Amino acid sequence: MSITIINPGMMTTVQDLGRVGYQQFGVSVSGVMCPRSATLANILVGNEDGEAVLECTMMGPQIQFDTDNCIAITGGDLGPMLDGKPVANYTAIAVKAGQVLRFTMPKVGCRAFVSFAGGLDIEPVMGSRSTYMKAKIGGVEGRKLQKGDVIKFRAPKADLPKLDLRHMAPEFKPRAEYTVRVVLGPQDDYFTDEGVKAFLSEVYTVTPEFDRMGCRLSGAVIAHKDGGDIISDGISFGAIQVPSSGTPIIMLGDRQTTGGYTKIANVISADFRILAQLKAGDKVRFEKVSITAAQDALIAQKKALKCLRSALDPKV
Amino acid sequence: MAEVRFLLTGDTSVTVEFGNEISTEINAKIRAFNIALQQSKIPGIVETVPTYRSLAVHYDPEVILYGALVKKLKGLLGQLDSIQIPPSDVLEIPVLYGGEEGPDIEFVAEHNGKTVQEVIDIHTSTEYLIYMLGFTPGFTYLGGMSEEIATPRLKTPRVLIPGGSVGIAGAQTGVYPIDSPGGWQLIGRTPVRMYDPDRATPILPEAGQYIKFYAIDKAEYDRIAALEAGEGYTVRRHPRKEAAE
Repeated sequence: MSITIINPGMMTTVQDLGRVGYQQFGVSVSGVMCPRSATLANILVGNEDGEAVLECTMMGPQIQFDTDNCIAITGGDLGPMLDGKPVANYTAIAVKAGQVLRFTMPKVGCRAFVSFAGGLDIEPVMGSRSTYMKAKIGGVEGRKLQKGDVIKFRAPKADLPKLDLRHMAPEFKPRAEYTVRVVLGPQDDYFTDEGVKAFLSEVYTVTPEFDRMGCRLSGAVIAHKDGGDIISDGISFGAIQVPSSGTPIIMLGDRQTTGGYTKIANVISADFRILAQLKAGDKVRFEKVSITAAQDALIAQKKALKCLRSALDPKV
Repeated sequence: MAEVRFLLTGDTSVTVEFGNEISTEINAKIRAFNIALQQSKIPGIVETVPTYRSLAVHYDPEVILYGALVKKLKGLLGQLDSIQIPPSDVLEIPVLYGGEEGPDIEFVAEHNGKTVQEVIDIHTSTEYLIYMLGFTPGFTYLGGMSEEIATPRLKTPRVLIPGGSVGIAGAQTGVYPIDSPGGWQLIGRTPVRMYDPDRATPILPEAGQYIKFYAIDKAEYDRIAALEAGEGYTVRRHPRKEAAE
């Protein structure tokens, strides 16, 4: 009733939709870098939206199954193979006991999410199974997966109704330049007009300083009126922090709950799916939208997820 | 009072900013607003995060949109004066000062021209306001330490500071809730677990409460540490008496 990690890959962690409700106590939210992809992976195998998945970065893991179960892989294309044969992303797959899932190399994007029907048997900590490495909680001993780790299933399913219908087109398309939509604030008034203009018109490049906490970009300096330090306030997922150096850092899943640097804008939720797949060297341009447009986009995305779910698993 | 501002922090969170300085007055307003918000039953609120000068309100736009939420929050601000806010709790935190647990206390004393006992007396004489938590689970940003024991950070941070260590950095004091690297001058250690992920209440301190340290000896330290390793130790607390102003 479990999987064994034969090779953990570069950075594979257990994540769900995050540890909600404890930010006021200094506990980072953590959670998957792409909530949409993880939710899709779960819907494809009939799980609840917030079931824990494996988040695989760049070089994915090698996993042996000792029980039949259905899985789905979403997000970037890290080249999944089952017993040496390529398998499709965004497709529910019935895996047999003894089979080995491995990932050859990143082809599109850099993060994949693997869901397991019936969920992983991991004790939630503070209401979440997400791995939070800094505090060493959640997931498997609060760390990234290691060779030899065994993770049990809770309720594996050898088969699923409508298995042949449980697929969709992969969502992430590589581009020469990505447009990421933002809403300005909370500290856009700490920047000069030229600073805001640079931010919204120049092309920024993703640097190798990119982990679950944040993604540092290089490019035109975003000038402050009077320095980049503020009295600490809260930080949301996708906040674009600009310290006095003038180069932006996008704050991600394992970000601290509060921070003392100015934040010029926040990536909109509907575009987190782009953020999660960016790699060093990728080019990004930021486009300002209104809060209404941002929320409309998010609600439309969530509606589409609900439609997919009700088509696959109509509520009894 | 400065005008309250509503700042966009993405499309699932709004930051209600009460001022732009560190002050007990602003913090009291944030606490009152947070309590009022929790009682208000506004739908769609996911969680709130108080900081020095603002309250981040995370919400679900599928339940309530930004415009409607801000309208409700403004309404709530208007009613703040009529809402009963209970006095803050004071948490009494026992500390074993000096020795192995507080290796920098002599330096802090020397730096300020005090004796070690005077440092302890000054450090235990104040009720420190918990302005906010952040940095790591259970890390409190405390205000109100006497300048008489203010001491610069270590030039070279320590690689590992044991959880429970009590330190001074400039005019700040605080407790390291978990083992972590850090540059604070360590003056003692508390056997109380400020943070225990497996406890029903994982994090002991809350923003808006106060912490009062008191000195204990090694025997008491060991007794409390043993309790914390077993069924747990219950920290003494009392409602704070408002200082006459």
